[in-house]
Amino acid sequence: MRHLKTAWRHIRRSPYQAFAAVFIMAQTFFVLTFFAFLIFASSRIIAYFESVPQVTAFFKEEAKQEDIDTLSQKVKETGKIAKLEFVSKEEALKIYKEQNKDDPLLLELVTAEILPAALKVSAIKIDDLTQISEMLSGSIIVERVIFQKDVVQNLAVWTNALRKIGIALSAILALDAIFLMVIIIGIKISQKKDEIEIVRLIGATGWYVRWPFIYEGVFYGVSGAFLGWLLALGLFWYATPFLSSFLKGIPLFPIPIIFFFQLLGIELLIAIFLGIVSSFLSVLRYLK
Amino acid sequence: MIKLDKVSKTFMLGTSSLTDITLTIEKGEFVFVVGPTGSGKTTLFRLLIRDMFPTKGTIVVGEFDVTKLSSRKVPHLRKKIGVVFQDLKLLMDRTIFENVMLPLEVSGIKPEEAKKRVEDVLKHVGILEQYNKFPIQLSGGERQRAAIARALVFSPDILLADEPTGNLDPKTGQEIVKILQGINEKGTTVIMATHNVDIVNNLGKRVVALDKGKLIRDQKKGKYATS
Repeated sequence: MRHLKTAWRHIRRSPYQAFAAVFIMAQTFFVLTFFAFLIFASSRIIAYFESVPQVTAFFKEEAKQEDIDTLSQKVKETGKIAKLEFVSKEEALKIYKEQNKDDPLLLELVTAEILPAALKVSAIKIDDLTQISEMLSGSIIVERVIFQKDVVQNLAVWTNALRKIGIALSAILALDAIFLMVIIIGIKISQKKDEIEIVRLIGATGWYVRWPFIYEGVFYGVSGAFLGWLLALGLFWYATPFLSSFLKGIPLFPIPIIFFFQLLGIELLIAIFLGIVSSFLSVLRYLK
Repeated sequence: MIKLDKVSKTFMLGTSSLTDITLTIEKGEFVFVVGPTGSGKTTLFRLLIRDMFPTKGTIVVGEFDVTKLSSRKVPHLRKKIGVVFQDLKLLMDRTIFENVMLPLEVSGIKPEEAKKRVEDVLKHVGILEQYNKFPIQLSGGERQRAAIARALVFSPDILLADEPTGNLDPKTGQEIVKILQGINEKGTTVIMATHNVDIVNNLGKRVVALDKGKLIRDQKKGKYATS
């Protein structure tokens, strides 16, 4: 308690330095929160694309039902199919109407006749998709095949890149934050040189001197993490309407609030670690 | 109680501060350490509280072998020795009460007990009324008393006073010495470094004289100078 009081006194007596430390920490955790959200969202988008039919074959206008059934049977017999679903023209229209219920203009122009019937196929193993896709493309009744594998793979590449950029950027900012905090706490130690010398001469242990500086570092870390998290949360809240309409059909929103609180918990732990590391480095450097 | 055996201290660039000092001070003694500026009085005190290491020799204070003492145990040694520093080393942004409380605070003494001890010691040195003032608001003599109070608050076995009367008028100087004498009479070993000829000559206590880092005289009931 005594050390906490001393730490608080240090903070109050140099508010600008405290502000700089909290600001750099907030910046770090804002970026961390932002990228954590991007990675979370990308993972969800990938999961969505993996859950929807991975190959969709659209039939030609003249395709007969018995030919479609034969092709479906042939595909099923490969033993590589997890799910196979036939969507008739009428069902396609129903889906189209559901997806565009808010846009009467789009609904007016479309009838069941212009929508093709389709076969949606999911494979047990993603590697078998190429073979299934080739089989469907080779049929004379198939007009076009949409292959989701490319979409999923592209997304996976993007997510990986995002993860790497996020980690690299957060690490650079975390290092920045550590350096700045080392300097700030170092300045404070230098300012308190006389006081530290006096308390040591009258019998203070090394830890009696160190604890307030460690608490100070933790304070900067925790306040910065909370502020950065709060700013990022505000940004998501503001951007949610836009993102919801942009990612229409993908069940990303609402993002469970527990995700943000779990993220805050992890960030606070990282912040405490960063705070302790920085103040410890300062103490080692300046309290010889 | 305090034993220095062939202690030398040489600073960087080869400046010698103490040379071959052998000295024993018994428990409960009152010893004046005299000598001109630069004779090594302050260095001797700094060595006793392990603020620096001797270049040669051994120092034993009570149960502590100061030269071999681990850094972790230095605070234990310092709690046994009260020091009135030459420059007082009072914290200017804290009240007298807070300054005197400091040694108890760093040792984790409970606030209620610490408060009682601080009041007792402030009363003992005669500045209880000034407890809430900052050092800058006090006279030189009062500041000196505050520094003594801080050194005494732990009831140390040894009190080192480095020129405690240096900047004081003769009357106030005498009062400070009286306080130190009183402390000594209660069993505390007092070692006082001074330039004050009158105080040393009037008290008739043991005198250890240093000159250019060497022990030139050690008399049981000594005078400032043997002329």
